Amino acid sequence: MNTNMLGAINNAMDLCMQENSDMVLLGEDIGKDGGVFRVTDGLFDKYGAERVIDTPLAESGIVGTAIGMALAGMHPVPELQFASFMYLSFSQLVNHAARYRERTRSAMSLPMIIRTPVSGGVRTLEHHSESPEAFFAHPGGIIVVEPSTPYDAKGLFIAAAHLNDPVLFLEPTKLYRLFKQEVPDAMYEVPIGKASVLKEGDDITIITYGTMASIVSDVVEKKKVSAHVIDLCTINPLDEKTIIEGAKKTGRVLVVHEAPTSFGVGAEVSARIAEKAMYELDAPIMRVASPSFPYPFPGYEQYYLPNGNRIGSAIDKLLSM
Amino acid sequence: MLKAIYSGSIDYMQIMDENGTLDSGLVPKGLTDQMLVEMYKKMSFARALDAKTLSLQRQGRAVTYAPLVGEEAVQIGSASAMRQGDIFVPSFRQHGVYLTRGLPLEKFFIYWRGFEEGGAIPKEVNGLPVIVPVGTQVPHSAGIAYAQKYKKTGAAVIVYVGDGGTSEGDFYEAINFAGVFKLPLVVIIENNQWAISVPRSRQSAAETLAQKGIAAGIKCVQVDGNDVIAMYRATSDAINYSATGPTLIEAVTYRMSMHTTSDDPTKYRPDADVEAWKAKDPIARLMKYLVGKGLWTDSMESKMQDEQLKLIDEAVEKAEQFKPDPRSMFENVYSFMPETLKSEEDEAIAAGFWQG
Repeated sequence: MNTNMLGAINNAMDLCMQENSDMVLLGEDIGKDGGVFRVTDGLFDKYGAERVIDTPLAESGIVGTAIGMALAGMHPVPELQFASFMYLSFSQLVNHAARYRERTRSAMSLPMIIRTPVSGGVRTLEHHSESPEAFFAHPGGIIVVEPSTPYDAKGLFIAAAHLNDPVLFLEPTKLYRLFKQEVPDAMYEVPIGKASVLKEGDDITIITYGTMASIVSDVVEKKKVSAHVIDLCTINPLDEKTIIEGAKKTGRVLVVHEAPTSFGVGAEVSARIAEKAMYELDAPIMRVASPSFPYPFPGYEQYYLPNGNRIGSAIDKLLSM
Repeated sequence: MLKAIYSGSIDYMQIMDENGTLDSGLVPKGLTDQMLVEMYKKMSFARALDAKTLSLQRQGRAVTYAPLVGEEAVQIGSASAMRQGDIFVPSFRQHGVYLTRGLPLEKFFIYWRGFEEGGAIPKEVNGLPVIVPVGTQVPHSAGIAYAQKYKKTGAAVIVYVGDGGTSEGDFYEAINFAGVFKLPLVVIIENNQWAISVPRSRQSAAETLAQKGIAAGIKCVQVDGNDVIAMYRATSDAINYSATGPTLIEAVTYRMSMHTTSDDPTKYRPDADVEAWKAKDPIARLMKYLVGKGLWTDSMESKMQDEQLKLIDEAVEKAEQFKPDPRSMFENVYSFMPETLKSEEDEAIAAGFWQG
């Protein structure tokens, strides 16, 4: 099928719900309305109100209830309407989703997929454009994935649905409808914990994910640089092997993400490269990310988000060193 | 126009008063004298277990512990009403519920020695591990109840939360979910009057905590939580009703001891309050009834105490033989071992970081 990311996720959920009668979706406006972005469109009609559950407006309750469902042998897929609304369920995610397997020494586990739209660039109101991946990758115990293509979105969702762990599934809002791609109709998995190499190259290694992946690809193409571009796909656990190999290959590393620069995923990636490949680098590791403060109102987002210019000049700087 | 469109009321249930006298019309059918003797033994057992754990903590053989003394009737009365398949969701003080549901005692002591292996609750116990963050377990119970309804198991879910816990958002969100989806859920507020140092009056201006259920559109009742028969009856009624919808039970009891072993209640509450509640003791009350009916004697009491202490000592001995393996921390984070985590584990082992 030729589909955008939104259609790919919808299709993945449909296939997984067909396969597993214990999979249910729950969230705000996901039923008749099909979700505010229409990601669950059509699933209410197909699977009914018992499996596509419009909940009261309570994010901690949504995640907490989903945890209970998972403990009782179901495979819930809670949707948090926007990433920053997810902060209301932070305690459930970090105190329980991240720890339940550990606190019971695997006597209990939480098969669940927490879905939420992330990142900006679509001129929405305050609190609709957050990139929260680092918060949830930090404690450990929660798998964090973020696809940047329709193909990866479908494959990662299906892999998550076959896993006996809590998976935070981050869906870049801007990519929902940005482009279409040929995607297999059948089920397939994109392995969790594996980064994908978007482009092979020799002069510079660019490590990115989410909204920035397509921007990086555009810049690299326009500038005609020989870049080795890695899309992390899974934030936690990190595919350290692919990162280190990529860093060693070119000796010049740029990490690009939309989330704020300080204490972000870029810091973690850079630290691992510094620990394991420092002496094979020809230049300091650089980061291009949003400035270190919360996401602005939509009028200012064009000045906040990393763009092709910033990425391009970082590439120039690294190549000149 | 201005007219009343809603008015509610809360029933208070007491079946056995402080002197052990029954309101016989309210005694549930099917509750036999033998069952009451069993409940008496379990309540006594819970109190003995509590005293032992407290003493272990004082000797440095257990971690910070939350005593249950005074709250035995809430826990044993409700747990005795559960059917085999019913599932319970505790907070952190429900040791009597675990005991009644048959948790192997060495697990209990392994947990309170501070090891996750004690949280691996055996399947047949049908309960969740200790949950520390206040109120956060209530949404879990709603989800488990949703699953029972979805899978048509017929089981009810019984969750415990304290008076302080009813101030948490998660409590409201969960009882609201339960009401909307008519879930087979029984929420028991173990109102022991104190959230560490903050009294019940500071948690809510509402006259009862039971009435919080009214806003969620669910059945609610207040019960004398030191009356094991009323607790049994209220829980049974709620379980029988669970196929129709949820019930909120406020069990009014009193925390006779400290919040946890790291707390000193003399700093914030007068001894006289505690003394006043001694007269309402749940175990003494049931004993009066049993002795009055010739169902319990001094020799039975001493025999029971000896047996229980022996079981407790055996469990402590087993639990103290448990040897922690630091690798288990790494191996139970995910269903698989990520390479990054494996390398942290390997490094610790190779470098001998865990030795001495």
